[in-house]
Amino acid sequence: MSLNSYLIVGARPYGEDEQDIRIINGCIAEIGVGLDPENLEVVQAKGRVCLPSFVDLHAHLREPGREDAETISSGSRAATLGGFSAVFAMANTAPVADTAGVVEQVWRIGRQTGLVDVFPVGAVSIGLHGQALAELGAMAASAAGVTVFSDDGYCVFDPLLMRRALEYVKTFDGVIAQHAQDPRLTQGAQMNEGELSGILGLTGWPAVAEEAIIARDVLLALHVDSRLHICHVSTAGSVAIIRWAKEMGVRVTAEVTPHHLLLTEDLVSGFDPVYKVNPPLRSRADTIALREALLDGTIDIVATDHAPHPHEAKDCEWDNAAFGMLGLETALGVVVSAMRDVPNWNWRTLSDRMSSAPARIGRATNHGRPLAVGESAHIVLIDPDQGSLVVAEQLASLSGNTPYAGMTLPVSVTDVFFNGVHQVKGGVLNA
Amino acid sequence: MKHLISVQELSREDTVGILDTAIELNRVTDGGTKILPTLRGRTVVNLFYEDSTRTRISFERAAKRLSADVVTFSANGSSVSKGESLKDTALTLNAMGADMIVLRHPSPGAAHRLAHAGWLESSVLNAGDGKHEHPTQALGDAFTLRAHLRPGANDFAGLTIGIVGDVLHSRVARSNIFLLGILGAKVIVIGPPTLLPVGIENWPCEVSYSLDAHLPELDAIMMLRVQQERMNGTFFPSELEYSRTFGLNRKRAKELPEHAIVMHPGPMNRGVEITAEVADSGRSVITEQVVNGLIVRMASMYLLIGGDASVA
Repeated sequence: MSLNSYLIVGARPYGEDEQDIRIINGCIAEIGVGLDPENLEVVQAKGRVCLPSFVDLHAHLREPGREDAETISSGSRAATLGGFSAVFAMANTAPVADTAGVVEQVWRIGRQTGLVDVFPVGAVSIGLHGQALAELGAMAASAAGVTVFSDDGYCVFDPLLMRRALEYVKTFDGVIAQHAQDPRLTQGAQMNEGELSGILGLTGWPAVAEEAIIARDVLLALHVDSRLHICHVSTAGSVAIIRWAKEMGVRVTAEVTPHHLLLTEDLVSGFDPVYKVNPPLRSRADTIALREALLDGTIDIVATDHAPHPHEAKDCEWDNAAFGMLGLETALGVVVSAMRDVPNWNWRTLSDRMSSAPARIGRATNHGRPLAVGESAHIVLIDPDQGSLVVAEQLASLSGNTPYAGMTLPVSVTDVFFNGVHQVKGGVLNA
Repeated sequence: MKHLISVQELSREDTVGILDTAIELNRVTDGGTKILPTLRGRTVVNLFYEDSTRTRISFERAAKRLSADVVTFSANGSSVSKGESLKDTALTLNAMGADMIVLRHPSPGAAHRLAHAGWLESSVLNAGDGKHEHPTQALGDAFTLRAHLRPGANDFAGLTIGIVGDVLHSRVARSNIFLLGILGAKVIVIGPPTLLPVGIENWPCEVSYSLDAHLPELDAIMMLRVQQERMNGTFFPSELEYSRTFGLNRKRAKELPEHAIVMHPGPMNRGVEITAEVADSGRSVITEQVVNGLIVRMASMYLLIGGDASVA
């Protein structure tokens, strides 16, 4: 019997007709009906939806620096349990991932953990300070092969620095992932600016603070003909600008988080900081616009913005709490929950938005590939009828800041194959 | 009622109940001068994360008039200034057996968190949480308005009240706008657009940028304090321009109806939002507001932790 070889029986690729999938030596060897198991271990998957594993272009794994909140190892466990095979780890660590040394360290620890491929994101500017370019070329040329650069957590606010960054990454087909937040318009901001922020007395975070930066940056990307990616789009106005930019031929892509698809600002009225996130939860109208944009491709991908924080960072008053929420383990269920009533949404579209499109943007060439013979077996099996109750204490993440605790998400990830390794079985990680 | 966090949680009946209790307490204590045994053996902790001598003293006196044991815990000179979290302070006070915590905190929602995060058993009374609310200030102001304009009435139907100035940063304004709405008064909020919150057009009030246009219709006018730190030219061009446009001076006061009263939650910037002449005039009820604040604080404490104890 060869290594990492299985016969998956009766799974429904992309939610369509049942097929058997033969995996030999970590690759998909055959897809068809009524395949002979020969000597292979059989994985019964009748009725399960079968998709290429997901790719997260935006996660905070906190290592190095905040290993109390998450590590590359714990984040990798959370990721594979969520059905991911690749995770892009954001640069706002301590030290910041702004040198080849740090990105190689992250990449190596990811390899050693070996549950998902961890692709470090490089900082755009030294120390995320927004003043001088980090050594983008060195990070790109390092063993980590960085292609995505972001000061996420901070906006690259200086338009000249942004222009230079966009230009510079053209040398190695990189992309600048912008955290679009005008810092002046969001001084002390705590929640979406609207009627509710006024009533609650929490400093407002206007939609225009995001939209103005996106408008500027799509024009810069057009001017220098480079690749721009917009992190965590959260407003209807941003969607309109990105839609216009794409019509103009700007090479812009965009992501939305699961939480911005599902949750709205009214949750803030109980002052529980588990709902405090950057960008903030927005209005119902915004979530509807985001869902439509994800369906029509204006927003290319879902990215989790998985942001673990230790308990005490949220067990306090709102103003003093940290921004961010967990995302990796709940992403699929939350996306299905938000999108299932949107007409024409289907598993193929979900697979594009959560797997092939993010892999393409991040140039993760071995991920987000179709379920086809010859491809690496990065496969997730989903029970579309079995809900999963979210229990914060049971998550693999070292942190528990999930806004979904107590919610039953409509689907569950049952099995995950990573390079053919059957590492999640029945929703449980073998490691 | 276990906590008093926000006037928005009060019904009209609750509100009138508090005001009636305050009237009764006012009567049996001769205007808050006599001490009642009502809260004997109860512990009230004043937990103040912001300096506010006026409010702190008012709560201290209110609790003492009801014979409660009063502990004051200020951000200065305690472990709070050493970085102890609100939660740890809450756990400590809970362990010490506080029956009520009166919280003043710069963060909106802090009192709500203290009451509902599962940190303690005590009643929580919000003494001002950032820009959010200051319910006992609004109850005191309602007490004052009722005494002058609607004695004994159960609502404020037919009254028009102007609230002038920095609503954006004012918890007093928020609590007053919503409480007056609950009582059925018509509220006109007047100020420069930079000092009015986004979305205020959907609140239970009218919004205007002109003070002069509304003076003749007001039964009462509340002038809000302009914080020194707002005067740096980003919210309005200058102190002088502000006081020219939105300040209450003798000329403007003359435009008010004969019976109209002038209010200010204090502390005042004399010469900015209100001139000394108006503040000290016969129609000013500013010092009464201080007394009435004390009375409604007594009423609130009594209703929250007085249990079966009778008023007298």
